[in-house]
Amino acid sequence: MLAFTIRRLSQSVVVLFVMSIIVFAGVYAIGNPVDILINPEADIAEQEETIRRLGLDKPIWTQYGLFLANALQGDLGNSFVHNLPALDIIFQRLPATLELAFLAVGLAVVFGVPLGMLAGLKPDSVVGRVIMTGSILGFSLPTFWVGLMLIMLFSVNMGWLPASGRGETVDLFGIPVSFLTLDGLSHLFLPAFNLALFKMSLVIRLARSGTREVLLQDYIKFARAKGVSDARIIGVHVLKNIMIPVVTVLGLELGSVIAFAVVTETVFAWPGIGKLLIDSISHLDRPVVVAYLLLTVTMFIVINFVVDILYSILDPRVRLGGAN
Amino acid sequence: MFIGKYGLAAAAVALATALPAAVQAETLTMGMASEASSIDPHYHNLSPNNALRRHMFESLTNQDETQQLGPLLAESWKPISETAWEFNLRKGVKFHDGSDFTALDVVYSACRVPNVPNSPSNFVSFTSAISDFEIKDDHTLIVHTSEPTPLLPTYFANWGILSATANGVSGDIKYDKENCGLDAFPSTVDFNNGSASIGTGPYKFKEFVKGDRFVMEANANYWGGKPEWDEVIQKPITNAAARMAALLAGDVDFVDNPPTQDLAELKENPKFDVSQGLSNRVIYLHMDQFGPSTFGVKGTGKPDAQYEGEGPCATEACEKNPFLDVRVRQALSKAINRDAIVEKIMGGVAVPAGELLPQGFFGTNPGAKHEAYDPDGAKKLLAEAGYPNGFELVLGTPNDRYINDAKIAQVIAQMFTRIGVKTTVNAMTKSVFFKTRNTYEFSIYLAGWGAGTGEMSNPLRALVGTRNKETGLGGTNRGRYSNPSLDEKILTALATVDDAKREEILRTASREAMEDYSILPLHFEVTSWAHRKGLSHKARADQYTLATGVHKAN
Amino acid sequence: MAAAVQDDGINPWRTFASDFAEKKLAVLGLIVFVALIAAAIFAPWITPQNPYDLNQIDFLDGRLEPGSVGSQITYWLGTDDQGRDLLSGIFYGLRTSLAVGAASTLIALVLGGALGLFAAYFGGRVDTLIMRIADLQLSFPAILIALILVSALGQGVDKVIISLVAVQWAYYARTIRGTALVERRKEYVEAATCLAISHRRIVFKHLMPNCTPPLIVVGTVQVAHAISLEATLSFLGIGVPITEPSLGLLIKNGFDYMLSGDYWVSFYPGLALLITIVSINLVGDQLRDVLNPRLKK
Repeated sequence: MLAFTIRRLSQSVVVLFVMSIIVFAGVYAIGNPVDILINPEADIAEQEETIRRLGLDKPIWTQYGLFLANALQGDLGNSFVHNLPALDIIFQRLPATLELAFLAVGLAVVFGVPLGMLAGLKPDSVVGRVIMTGSILGFSLPTFWVGLMLIMLFSVNMGWLPASGRGETVDLFGIPVSFLTLDGLSHLFLPAFNLALFKMSLVIRLARSGTREVLLQDYIKFARAKGVSDARIIGVHVLKNIMIPVVTVLGLELGSVIAFAVVTETVFAWPGIGKLLIDSISHLDRPVVVAYLLLTVTMFIVINFVVDILYSILDPRVRLGGAN
Repeated sequence: MFIGKYGLAAAAVALATALPAAVQAETLTMGMASEASSIDPHYHNLSPNNALRRHMFESLTNQDETQQLGPLLAESWKPISETAWEFNLRKGVKFHDGSDFTALDVVYSACRVPNVPNSPSNFVSFTSAISDFEIKDDHTLIVHTSEPTPLLPTYFANWGILSATANGVSGDIKYDKENCGLDAFPSTVDFNNGSASIGTGPYKFKEFVKGDRFVMEANANYWGGKPEWDEVIQKPITNAAARMAALLAGDVDFVDNPPTQDLAELKENPKFDVSQGLSNRVIYLHMDQFGPSTFGVKGTGKPDAQYEGEGPCATEACEKNPFLDVRVRQALSKAINRDAIVEKIMGGVAVPAGELLPQGFFGTNPGAKHEAYDPDGAKKLLAEAGYPNGFELVLGTPNDRYINDAKIAQVIAQMFTRIGVKTTVNAMTKSVFFKTRNTYEFSIYLAGWGAGTGEMSNPLRALVGTRNKETGLGGTNRGRYSNPSLDEKILTALATVDDAKREEILRTASREAMEDYSILPLHFEVTSWAHRKGLSHKARADQYTLATGVHKAN
Repeated sequence: MAAAVQDDGINPWRTFASDFAEKKLAVLGLIVFVALIAAAIFAPWITPQNPYDLNQIDFLDGRLEPGSVGSQITYWLGTDDQGRDLLSGIFYGLRTSLAVGAASTLIALVLGGALGLFAAYFGGRVDTLIMRIADLQLSFPAILIALILVSALGQGVDKVIISLVAVQWAYYARTIRGTALVERRKEYVEAATCLAISHRRIVFKHLMPNCTPPLIVVGTVQVAHAISLEATLSFLGIGVPITEPSLGLLIKNGFDYMLSGDYWVSFYPGLALLITIVSINLVGDQLRDVLNPRLKK
């Protein structure tokens, strides 16, 4: 266990390093932020002066060297756009996205697993078919389209829920959260639902196919023969077995929920890091993009680590490290 | 799909319930297409920042809705020699912290302008002409310039005044272009958290949550009387459809840049109103007029000479550059049906352009017409120029920068294709577009220009002046058009203080640029704003969205 | 998978076909799907207009209602803002969307599936290397990959496919690895190893068929997902070229006109997308049930 952790950790450092190079070079390849940030009325001398002021006149490897030296001291640089530390900007926005992502994944599991199991237990019933058709739609409709539809329906048409922005926040352990206020919840629901829809469909499918597979296993037949109650079979054996793929996929999905929150956050003007990322990319705000990605990679590494450990708990046959 | 039609009606119901609360609180909530990058008035010379700045930090002079210059913190001014101006400052003006506004604050602010670390686009171009300040008394200020600078009063409308005393400076300041001997200035962070956001404007800083909202409250002691709104909330909602939905749902009272296609419906809706105004922004096509060959053109044959200079043609084989021939440029101009673009794509909210600034602006030629649509004439010109069968072209355009930019480009591609110039559109997001354009990878591209000063020297200087670091011309002339006689006229105009003389030179220069088809103006954007009924709004030519321009009707 | 069936001594294709035909809805899905593919392939010959040819479209015919008679043809489903006949636009868009969806899913599936399988089977360093690359990849937002590719290579359908493959392969790799890890510990693989059967044979003949069902679940879903992801990229301004719209781009463009009441610009392409995806999923679901060796009665 300890050896596994240490190995994972050292691998992660390499990943982070490689990642920083790729992102640095990638954003550099897209273009020069000064082209976008500077007032178009600036003359040539002013343009060159600004490029020098932001340190963008230096060769890319020099820029990277400077970045690395600072990064090792915990400073990922200042945003070109806002002139604030990139990490500060991200951490300021992070709670909004995490709140959204967790609620979305929560909704996906709470609705997805029971619906999927239901569809798996009664695959040919009307209910099962309706659930599956619903999940197909959840998958196939582009998120931005569904989001705008939700706004049209619930905000514009019905006037039940606000169309955009984050509601009133209260501090929880010093972090501003909105799910504790009524106004906050009303702002949170539509974007979270929009984001959850895709994951929910995924969970429904995984749960359904998992349920169908498990029911055919010998030990279930055996348990049935032994007279174990249906409730126990479904609640314990089936549930435990379908949780493996669900946990794997959701572990991955939590990360991708955060990454793909970009679209939902744009549509609902949600002040999270997804929107920050798309804005930063379109402004070529390299320090923020690099910091964002390093942060998400770190988060991914942690999530994968946790998933692998959960795996070994759920299925003792999978030994940690997967070594031969 | 069908929701759209009923949606508007239903929104009315939603609005009816939301309305009374909004009126009671005297709060104005605005949905903004773009967000300022900082509250610091000297940090970033870009429209959203400049618009925001005007609420809290006033300048000496003011540009009104039509960009006419008028008094603000300076009540009057006059040139006292070719290189000196006297400004009479307004008396009885107080900063948000209660201190008095005096000439010293102006000097202090000018000192701070070049001292904003990491500024992505600073305001030095507006203060660089100043060689010295002379404080005659607290409310009389003489400004000396190194060269004759006719646009100085206009420049003074572009940078906000900070309080010297609030930042711990009370004694005399010896002005210089470095830092005036002052060792510390407030930082950008101090403005973002409000501690340094002390100006003389009608609104005071209240709260700034980046990406979410910016809140201002009324300055009850404003010299121009208490402002209309107790509180102004600006929310960035960058997606156009989402912004419209927020207005329809009653989340916000007011939005800028509603999509052009929704305007007709909005105007008919009894619950909403639209305000519109002609802007100073021209949408144009620029053509590569630099070397014997150009990138992206096919079917013109081998170039006459070797390409020398920056750009992809320096390393790759390119075909002959057709744009060096004025007949080709004219043919393309004739091929464009500007009226139809305005009608069909812009929904009627644009004005076809025959110059780089709309009629009535300083330096425009009265009665200048846009090029008439004449596809047959265009084909004839192409044949005369040696391209009876046309050629192939790639038209570059951003797809998220100007109103309907990529849609316009597609229509132009249709029109060019009809005269035999087979055109494909390369539409890209603005970050990629500007990089590609600035490395000269487009032989023709669509872009826009808003003249910040509201007069003709500004677009001529930037778009068609020969690129040159010393003269300061051609900053955005990425077609690399060059015409020495035009350059000379622009430079003369920039140094002529006499208004009448300057205007005449600019008119001649503008005519020359148009007659040489150096650049093809398409149309001027008409900017729109939408708001709930019960409000009124005055449209601005500079496209700024200001809470001070929004009033309660009656 | 064929191996398992062949042992019964029956023509595997016939068994497969009759198993598949058990569900009427799936057959209907298959018919619709085949028809759509045919429509996509033969689009240039059956559409009244080539919506990608600027000489054939006229923006003066822009935003006409369904059934309007234009200067040259009747627009049965109306036109978009550029004057494109929507019926033709949908057929051509279907072509682009299906090609993008199928190509990217197939490449990602083969690439990711193979990598995942090898990672699970060989374990150790191979596993570590592949899985760390997958982690790295999964944390890259699709948009950034697409942006970098578009700026480095220029815009085009092929770049969108590359970005979609780059976004998806790791997904398959992890799914397969998860399943294969479980399979690998099962008795039959241990038995095969003891019998000194080659690695290749174990991986392809034994591990793969058993890992296929989850792959098909994810795969069918991903074709649909790839199509909508492509639409999303277009929504963010970095998808296929605007002069050659896919279904997703047609929907996105049409959405601008939603509030102004020109519903058809977005509605019909949306309907086409919906039908495509539902039919793909119906076929995929049934395929999975038929192919799954353990669900056989």
